[in-house]
Amino acid sequence: MQEFNFPNWVNRLFYVGLAGAVVFGGYFANMLFFAIHPDGVNVGHKPRQPVPFSHQLHAGELKMDCRYCHNTVEVAGHAAIPPTATCGNCHGGNRVVAGRTLAVVHPESPLLQPVRTSLEKANEKKGTEPDAVDWIKVHDMPDFVYFNHSAHINRGVSCVSCHGRVDQMLEVQQVKSLSMKFCLDCHRNPTPHLRDPNLVTDLEFKISKEHPQVVDGKRFETQEEYGAYWKDKLGISPNISCSTCHR
Amino acid sequence: MATTIDEVYDNTWDDPRKRSPLVTGGLDYGQVTSTVTSIAEAPAPPRIWYILMAISLCLLGMLGVLLLHLIVSGVGVWGNNNPAFWGWPIVNFVFWVGIGHAGTLISAILFLFRQNWRTSINRAAEAMTIFAVVCAGMFPGVHIGRVWVAYWLFPIPTEHLAMWPNFRSPLLWDVFAVGTYATVSTLFWYMGMLPDLATFRDRAKNKWKRMAYGILCLGWTGSARAWHRYEMAYTILAALATPLVLSVHTIVSFDFAVSQLPGWHTTIFPPYFVAGAIFSGFAMVITLLVPARAMFNLQHLITMRHLENMCKIIVATGLMVGFAYTIEFFIAWYSGVKTETQTFIMRAFGPYWWAYWTMFTCNVFIPQLFWFKAVRTSPIAMVVISIFVNIGMWFERFVITVTSLCRDFMPSSWAYFRPTYVDIGMFVGSFGLFMTLFLLFCRFLPVVAMAEVKSVMPHGDEEHH
Repeated sequence: MQEFNFPNWVNRLFYVGLAGAVVFGGYFANMLFFAIHPDGVNVGHKPRQPVPFSHQLHAGELKMDCRYCHNTVEVAGHAAIPPTATCGNCHGGNRVVAGRTLAVVHPESPLLQPVRTSLEKANEKKGTEPDAVDWIKVHDMPDFVYFNHSAHINRGVSCVSCHGRVDQMLEVQQVKSLSMKFCLDCHRNPTPHLRDPNLVTDLEFKISKEHPQVVDGKRFETQEEYGAYWKDKLGISPNISCSTCHR
Repeated sequence: MATTIDEVYDNTWDDPRKRSPLVTGGLDYGQVTSTVTSIAEAPAPPRIWYILMAISLCLLGMLGVLLLHLIVSGVGVWGNNNPAFWGWPIVNFVFWVGIGHAGTLISAILFLFRQNWRTSINRAAEAMTIFAVVCAGMFPGVHIGRVWVAYWLFPIPTEHLAMWPNFRSPLLWDVFAVGTYATVSTLFWYMGMLPDLATFRDRAKNKWKRMAYGILCLGWTGSARAWHRYEMAYTILAALATPLVLSVHTIVSFDFAVSQLPGWHTTIFPPYFVAGAIFSGFAMVITLLVPARAMFNLQHLITMRHLENMCKIIVATGLMVGFAYTIEFFIAWYSGVKTETQTFIMRAFGPYWWAYWTMFTCNVFIPQLFWFKAVRTSPIAMVVISIFVNIGMWFERFVITVTSLCRDFMPSSWAYFRPTYVDIGMFVGSFGLFMTLFLLFCRFLPVVAMAEVKSVMPHGDEEHH
């Protein structure tokens, strides 16, 4: 009968195989749950831009409002990347537009050369497509996702909820996963992210005992109460059906 | 010893006085073994095997290229578009899943009903089941679009979605149904093969072959205790597989029947789909086994009686689907629902009349030829008719899927579906995948369940010494 059986060392091989299955299974589970975790894959995307525009300087130190450049954010789904003309308002070089001399900030800076080139070309080819600065999109949602900025901005969801403290970023990077879970977490429980729609671009916004928020004479010391107030006041009940975002 | 092996033996009689033999040519136990093992032991397969393998590999290669094209470009390369978002991929899925059902019926239901004639054909039919399920599983797998997240089909918690699949959707039931089917069929097939794999091991002349078959047969010893447990396990698996014959295609039919679309939303679908699945499955078994038995000289094991029995099942199930086609019209009229009536009239006389009547002719009219004994005992005739049945059954799924989607409640959304070359190429290519697997199976594994065939041969009969 022995000739039919496996040799005895196969018994030990069984345990080796079992250990291998556990290790491989663990590896596979790890790949599935952690290695491709959106927090690991998506967060930290920081492309090098053609012009090293510092949000830290403009939005942080100089306190420019987000909407000065991203001016469509309240009325459109898309938050506009400003045309070079917006940059040119300050960095236009020695230009006279409509009889007014534009502000000249760092007119000779080599880092701003793409901006000046773009502006000069725009002047040469009046009425034609200007030669834009090729900014690289940082927060790039998949094509099958519909996201509307105005729907969120007008209902008191701050920029900071999805984009983080852009006013502290030298170069803009993605700090939230922007995965479907990220969206759903807020759509299922929006209170932690709601505030006065007039304060959405205040990235330093704080609420606590030391920094209470007062609305209509009511004093709020916690985000729960404050968010719940605005949820109630603005009548917010976010949709979580598939077709809300996958249209 | 037995009489001449190449004696042509007609065992299709129905004389109640004497049981007709299931192994002809006077083969004894040893000759049964040598007939089956000679296929794998031959230094090279017959020339026709190489030709078929070359064709299959070409088609498989085409399938691979098209799959790559699909995955890189997206599902837009198919003809699926508004309003027919379920085009050929779903048609092919239902077609291939249906094919598999004959194998499970033969191996499980006929086993429980003690139909001894199943023994010669069950192994090949089960193999066909598994390969058909492989082809079937591929289509919904790539139909989801983003293949790399195919595991989202299963209820696995992910950090991407924060959402479960919809447990009320038959599409999720489908994942379970087909997954269970593939698992149980593979287990059943493999476990049933252990004694035969051990025979291959014992006869192997080459050390590597002996090792490979030795590992595959899991150290089968052939002891009485092993056989006792084997028989128990086989019966349990047969009992597990039996409900699957009915449940899998029932749930596939729910994909359609649970929706609201006219032409889909009908209670007749589950039995109608199951009958159609067995119908197409048996046709595929005949299409495969008639050439296979000629190629590997298995005529005395897979006898005319086996083939004739399958032809009879084809007539029976063909009449069932014919009844379903007809009663659907009655129900559409009897329901009094305008859209339902309109959909069925459109099916038979609308822009897809050619598909409908191809289906009806191939599935209802042509199999009636099997009423004639001369037809159902002619291998060539039965292969031709079986191929017609499979064409008809593919068109049945096409008619159900596409005509209903293209003629829904709103005339403004009516359209005419056109497949692209990718649709056609992937369907043809799936035959390449199927045939490649089947040809490899024929060459390297026991095509006939030797141990089981021996159990239905006469023991100590007067024909033996």
